[in-house]
Amino acid sequence: MTAAPSLYEGLTAEQLAAKYGLTVSGARPSLVEYVRQLWGRRHFILAFSQAKLTAQYSQAKLGQLWQVATPLLNAAVYYFIFGLILKASRGMSHDVYIPFLVTGVFVFTFTQSSIMSGVRAISGNLGLVRALHFPRASLPVSFALQQLQQLLFSMIVLFLVAVGFGSYPTLSWLLIVPTLALQFLFNTGLALVVARMGAKTPDLAQLMPFVLRTWMYTSGVMFSINKMLEGRPEWIVRVLQVNPAAVYMDLMRFALIDGYGSSNLPPHVWAIALFWAVVAFAGGFVYFWKAEERYGRG
Amino acid sequence: MAEQSTVQTAPTVIADDLHIVYRVNGARTGRGSATAALSRILGRGSDDAARGVRKVHAVRGVSFVAHRGEAIGLIGSNGSGKSTLLRAIAGLLPAERGKVYTDGQPSLLGVNAALMNDLTGERNIILGGLAMGMSREQIKERYQEIVDFSGINEKGDFITLPMRTYSSGMAARLRFSIAAAKDHDVLMIDEALATGDRKFQRRSEDRIRALRKEAGTVFLVSHNNKSIRDTCNRVLWLERGELRMDGPTDEVLKEYEKFTGK
Repeated sequence: MTAAPSLYEGLTAEQLAAKYGLTVSGARPSLVEYVRQLWGRRHFILAFSQAKLTAQYSQAKLGQLWQVATPLLNAAVYYFIFGLILKASRGMSHDVYIPFLVTGVFVFTFTQSSIMSGVRAISGNLGLVRALHFPRASLPVSFALQQLQQLLFSMIVLFLVAVGFGSYPTLSWLLIVPTLALQFLFNTGLALVVARMGAKTPDLAQLMPFVLRTWMYTSGVMFSINKMLEGRPEWIVRVLQVNPAAVYMDLMRFALIDGYGSSNLPPHVWAIALFWAVVAFAGGFVYFWKAEERYGRG
Repeated sequence: MAEQSTVQTAPTVIADDLHIVYRVNGARTGRGSATAALSRILGRGSDDAARGVRKVHAVRGVSFVAHRGEAIGLIGSNGSGKSTLLRAIAGLLPAERGKVYTDGQPSLLGVNAALMNDLTGERNIILGGLAMGMSREQIKERYQEIVDFSGINEKGDFITLPMRTYSSGMAARLRFSIAAAKDHDVLMIDEALATGDRKFQRRSEDRIRALRKEAGTVFLVSHNNKSIRDTCNRVLWLERGELRMDGPTDEVLKEYEKFTGK
């Protein structure tokens, strides 16, 4: 080894490091230690997500008002296209269909934008990754958290739409909280998975919109899976209904909309929602952690 | 060699035959045309060269031992691998081959990447501090100190304005003030001295000297031989990613100045 003469006391680098208790720089911590480090950075994760959220509209004249105006305009556009032009309501009454559509759009957008920002979480922040030390999972988690806060603004619009079409607050609205919590876990898990993939292959950011659009059209955002597939074998309907995006949308609709009863939900819907959340989050977290020491090579 | 000339203390950083390689996508042909990219993908062979990934071997087999209390300058022409070596020591860039052993967590002095131009200076101080791993209480404690040190508020209440409204000098001063607010075990400074006006430069040099006293070991990358001479007692000279010379400041700088023709 060329290093031998410059190392003192006649020890190899490894022996010298061991003698003085030095550790390998940039080594991957154990999973437990990693979780502990991540928890230690919770303030940073929250502050970073809020900063991103605020920075988004800081140059606009209306400023933070856009947080609510953007989802409102989105809902209006979808109503115009699917409610008035395409008439995709298929037997649902107007009072059910409009909140149905708006809920679907908002809930799906939550997952969609979590994934999109997850893809770029590492590859788009290489400067940060190469300058400072922190558990890299902070970034995808922070981006998912940003989308959650964005969704909370959208929920204001959603409540207005629901009330406007005759669904008044009841106890079932409380179900929104566990639904959102589970969906957030699910989204964070997916964001972690695509963050690792996107760090190695940035091309994924170009490909992802197509995957997500396909997912959106098969998840029953603008139409009811039950009604659309009436008369088809039941297993086809069930397969489409256990799709995690469909599960979270249906739960939210069930919680919010008066005329959207439990007959629209697949059996064991809460178990399915929990299953997707836990599998995606745990799997995504471990998958992301396994490459921790390699982020930043670019 | 520095080891013989100074009193030996415990080592804080050991670099052992360190190699760092960057991979750059789509840089094999000078033109980035779509057809060139397509032929690269279709081209057989699974090695990097065939897929059009170009490797840049930035650090080639660097070994050294740094000790507590040393201030080490890194010199070399542009692109000789100084900043890359610092990042590798900090564990921010994965090593291709070889290893770096450190005592505790070395930190790079710099928060530029964590700050956001659209946010106020106030929020950036908090964000930058959190990014460096400070707690909210620590930041609150140091907040006034950071603002005063940066001198941002000397010309009116600028700290509550978005950073994009700052002049480049003001922004650089705020960045340095945030970065220098934390105490470090092994501290690495990448040409941070050359920011701001004359008055601020003097103030930041003082601050770096103070940080040096608190830190175990300091690394300083600079093109300014004077600031190296003022702050460092040992110099590593890198050229084309290889360690060309390692020794006391005066000896190495003399050779370096001969080499650069000064």
